[in-house]
Amino acid sequence: MIIMMKKEQQDSKGKSIGNISRRTMIGGTVATAILPVISSYTRYIQAGVPVIGSEPDDPTKKIGAGPGKLGKRSPFEQPVRKPSDISSRSPLQDFYSTITPSDLHYERHHAGIPSIDPNQYELLIHGMVERPMKFSLADLKRFPSFTRICFLECSGNFRTGKEELTPQDILGLTSQSEWTGVLLSTLLREVGISDKATWLIAEGSDAAVMTRSIPVKKALDDAIIAYGQNGEAIRPEQGYPARLLLPGWEGNTCVKWIRRIEITDQPYMTREETSKYTYPVNGKIRMFSFEMDARSIITYPSYPQKVERGWIEIRGIAWTGRGRIIKVEVSTDAGKTWGVAKLQEPVLDKSHTYFRYLWQWSGDATEILSRAIDETGYTQPTLRQLIDARGSDLGGYHLNPVTAWQIKTDGSVLFKPEALK
Amino acid sequence: MANLPLRFGIVIICGLMLVGLMAADTGVLSDKSPKKLKDTSNWPTTFGFGRTANKEEIAKWDISIRPDGKGLPAGEGNAIKGAAIYKLKCAACHGIEGRELPGTKLPAPALVSDTIAKSRPKTIGNYWPYATTVFDYIRRAMPFNSPGSLTDNEVYSLTAYLLTANQVIKPNTVLNGQNLAKVIMPAKKIFIVDDRKGGLEVK
Repeated sequence: MIIMMKKEQQDSKGKSIGNISRRTMIGGTVATAILPVISSYTRYIQAGVPVIGSEPDDPTKKIGAGPGKLGKRSPFEQPVRKPSDISSRSPLQDFYSTITPSDLHYERHHAGIPSIDPNQYELLIHGMVERPMKFSLADLKRFPSFTRICFLECSGNFRTGKEELTPQDILGLTSQSEWTGVLLSTLLREVGISDKATWLIAEGSDAAVMTRSIPVKKALDDAIIAYGQNGEAIRPEQGYPARLLLPGWEGNTCVKWIRRIEITDQPYMTREETSKYTYPVNGKIRMFSFEMDARSIITYPSYPQKVERGWIEIRGIAWTGRGRIIKVEVSTDAGKTWGVAKLQEPVLDKSHTYFRYLWQWSGDATEILSRAIDETGYTQPTLRQLIDARGSDLGGYHLNPVTAWQIKTDGSVLFKPEALK
Repeated sequence: MANLPLRFGIVIICGLMLVGLMAADTGVLSDKSPKKLKDTSNWPTTFGFGRTANKEEIAKWDISIRPDGKGLPAGEGNAIKGAAIYKLKCAACHGIEGRELPGTKLPAPALVSDTIAKSRPKTIGNYWPYATTVFDYIRRAMPFNSPGSLTDNEVYSLTAYLLTANQVIKPNTVLNGQNLAKVIMPAKKIFIVDDRKGGLEVK
């Protein structure tokens, strides 16, 4: 079945849906047929199952499938991530709101996803503390817990260069979950952190032994050692059984599979914070860009969708690592004039914020754009503003330019790539 | 697709001064004081969950090396030994002598450049501000298909080889826990700490 699914994903979209629908029906029929008959009710269900190969027609005339242990998506809905060798991108265009289903959360890791036995897992906190301690997963879960929603985003999250790009291609390295865990401040209180401590080293137990230096101030502010994601245990690709979560900060600092926190008074200048995740600014290299800058993207309409003239609800997401989004502006005339989009409440701190903007399209060719404004007053810049501020060599990190979709007279929607220099 | 590559950007570097990098807390630590997410007024002094970690288990996991050299293990290495290890365990991904030949695409980054001004790839010579990071990263994460398999002496030798190939140290240098942190990297002077805090300015 897995092999069949893979093949079908390569087919055209419409054909694929038809095939999967039919095969799923067949699979369901066979599974029902081999169940032992234990009651007259079961017999009745089996009698109601259509014969193999028939098409579903009137659902009101057949008993449907019974309950199961795990829910699954409608076979008509097939949102998928887009994996490369090193990451997998969230299908932003498929989401109706801001919580990313856990299996569609983007992933990025540097040496694969480790397999960690939760019964063997321990988190070590040592260094400038009164009591160096180890906490098992069960220990972590005994502490007062904390739940919040926030986005995660890779700081390399931006692609451009051609018109045939989807929101997933352009900005798919961001997702949002509701996270549960223990506040790191709670654990630092338990070990007795020194007043002189200013930095900590967070280290993962993956094959990269991923390591980042984090200011203690952030740890005491809103950092979480998270073991829950969207109400269940966090996914292996998100750091199972526990990860560091630094709301609003670049994804790489939120060290997954965390096993060691060393309290110290200086950054250790690890490879990820020096030779990676840094970028050129007017001939220098800027490091320790922790907070993700405000940005937005229109997810509908977007490539490869087509629109019809008349009323269109433009939809998208906006977010900032520096607090709340206070306003999203939308232009439907290629940036000449801007209107204010409606924000879906509640607008949360360091969270994806869904916006909507009602527009009547005349059928003329145009461009639609969005720009985010956050509570610090920061307005998402244009690519030109970023080049003017940082120089023509932008590198690949912390780029948050306003992006545009071209609407063609035939209703087709294309990304508008802009030169990076 | 060519301008901003999928696997993050290629960068040209020019030079300027690094100010106060080790006291890098200016931008991040100095703004508004932390807000309390939990009311701890009715909490005990300690919950008593977890256990004290002993020195042996801390030492087993504590592999970090500081820019001042603290954490460097005993042992030593040189570029001649390093070249042999490199050829065997590194060259397949990082290229012969750490270089990407014109018209080829290595599976991992090139590691060697001759000067900051002429080089395009981000390499140890033009983009790594601390020599200790080379040792730390090789020891924790390399070789990619067998991380953590090198002895400390082998890591010293590889570090010596790569710093020699990047013309940072003299070819006959014996690197050890005392002198590695003293190596001044060419790129150190161009690193700056982000001082942005949002607001109206685009920086």
